Amino acid sequence: MTWEHSDKTAIVGVGATDYFVRGKSWPRTIYDLAGEAILKACADAGINVKQIDGFAYYSGASAGYVDKMDTADFMEMLGIPEVTFTAALTSGGGGSAGSAGLAAAAIVSGQAKYVVTVMALQQRPDARLGTVFGQVAPDPINSFLQPSGLVGPGHLMSVLARRHMHLYGTKRDALAEIAISQRANAVNRPTAVRRTPLTKEEYFNAPMLAEPLCRLDFCLETDGAIAFITTSSERAKDLKQKPVYIHGVAHGGVRDWGRAFAWMGMPDEYFASAGNAPIAKRLWEQTGLSAKDIDVALLYDHFTPMVLMQLEEYGFCKRGEGGPFVESGAIRYGTGSIPVNTHGGQLSEAYIIGMTHVREGVEQMRGTAVNQVKDAEFALVTGGPASIPVSGLILRRA
Amino acid sequence: MTNKLAKAIPGDHVRISTDPSTENFWKAAKEERLTAPKCTQCGSFHLPPRPYCPECQNNKFDWPTLPGTGTVYSFAICHKSPYPDVPDFDYVPIVVDIDGAPGARLVSNLIDVDPQTVEIGMKVQVCWNDIQDGWKLPIFKLA
Repeated sequence: MTWEHSDKTAIVGVGATDYFVRGKSWPRTIYDLAGEAILKACADAGINVKQIDGFAYYSGASAGYVDKMDTADFMEMLGIPEVTFTAALTSGGGGSAGSAGLAAAAIVSGQAKYVVTVMALQQRPDARLGTVFGQVAPDPINSFLQPSGLVGPGHLMSVLARRHMHLYGTKRDALAEIAISQRANAVNRPTAVRRTPLTKEEYFNAPMLAEPLCRLDFCLETDGAIAFITTSSERAKDLKQKPVYIHGVAHGGVRDWGRAFAWMGMPDEYFASAGNAPIAKRLWEQTGLSAKDIDVALLYDHFTPMVLMQLEEYGFCKRGEGGPFVESGAIRYGTGSIPVNTHGGQLSEAYIIGMTHVREGVEQMRGTAVNQVKDAEFALVTGGPASIPVSGLILRRA
Repeated sequence: MTNKLAKAIPGDHVRISTDPSTENFWKAAKEERLTAPKCTQCGSFHLPPRPYCPECQNNKFDWPTLPGTGTVYSFAICHKSPYPDVPDFDYVPIVVDIDGAPGARLVSNLIDVDPQTVEIGMKVQVCWNDIQDGWKLPIFKLA
């Protein structure tokens, strides 16, 4: 079923702070960082911050893992006079791409005119994601997970990766290629935290954090903030930038994925997966497109195996063939059939809980990306394989 | 590669909490009995325990004593201590399909095994780790 709101809304502005290595953004605060991102997004769009009348967050409006964001605080701080919409997708980073759909919903239903989505992250020593699950107080449900010593998301996802290797013969060489190809994309980017080319030797010599995953399979731990502005395509005509259309967008997921690696009860079809299959199905139904129509794929890369499994779920290759597909060089910028994470991704540029992918998608559709895919018309952006919602977004060049 | 055997997470560092939906699991564990909630209406199992059966939405459960055996569904191998005050040690988190409770999985640890020899499909047997507040945690050895 074609989506009746396809191309009716557009991302018209993006703003970002510098990206910092974990903890280095201090003594700036979460609100300082988020405020800079919002003001820069408004300037990029050519609107005054006072025109913002909607907030569409994800991750329950959290800022990282212990901090929160709140609309009233932003209004007080930035002088936004009135909002007519303020809402968040639930759970965590899985909603990053889908937050554009929340913004679009506000706009097409007439509930707001200029909606901002913002994420800010500051991993102070007490707020470090890598060990966050080990530090939280036990509750009756995580008491069935935490005592195993799977202390962070990467440890949890290593168990999913192991199952994929078992079922399909996926090799670490494929995970290495994901890390190496994304590093190659980051080398020429001033914004990237890691800019030194990565060799296969370095990959295989990296410490194993949770076998089968090594440190280079884990994304960076960084600080920073990114915001984007969504409005109607009609209003977008009068703004500063060429609009980037929201062509298709979906969030949610199935019970068989559910809490995913926080649950570990998924049936086989979903255990060795990224949980994105139902999102892919809906995006293709909404748009009439398929993987072959996508010019650049910005796949949430908190951990390398999740890039591989998303390639399967969106149909860039068949289920179980992600390993050989990646090893063939298919995801390389410039030479591959589907350039993946042309910005270096969360593995090599910076990790702002999915927002760098939206930023890169917008730049690719404007034609202004550092590693621009020539004549790119459609970009796929995905949200993190994690507890539901997972999400996906197809952006279209104007 | 290592020949060191996988250890249990030090029990004095492990804390759990319970609620009325989960406490039967932990009370049985205290008696070294492995159990899982079995729906009194449709007979299906699920873990962790929840107030409702996800298959038929019933809210009553039996807590049968299970054989205590299972099969490794997947696993990780970790080398770094999860706790700053405990020196590094090797441990093997596992996801276990529990015998006698189809559909119920436990996330646990496999101990007393060379981590590099662990494989998916291995049969395992429950044993018990004394943790904080007098509780016992089900962990596993090779069967």
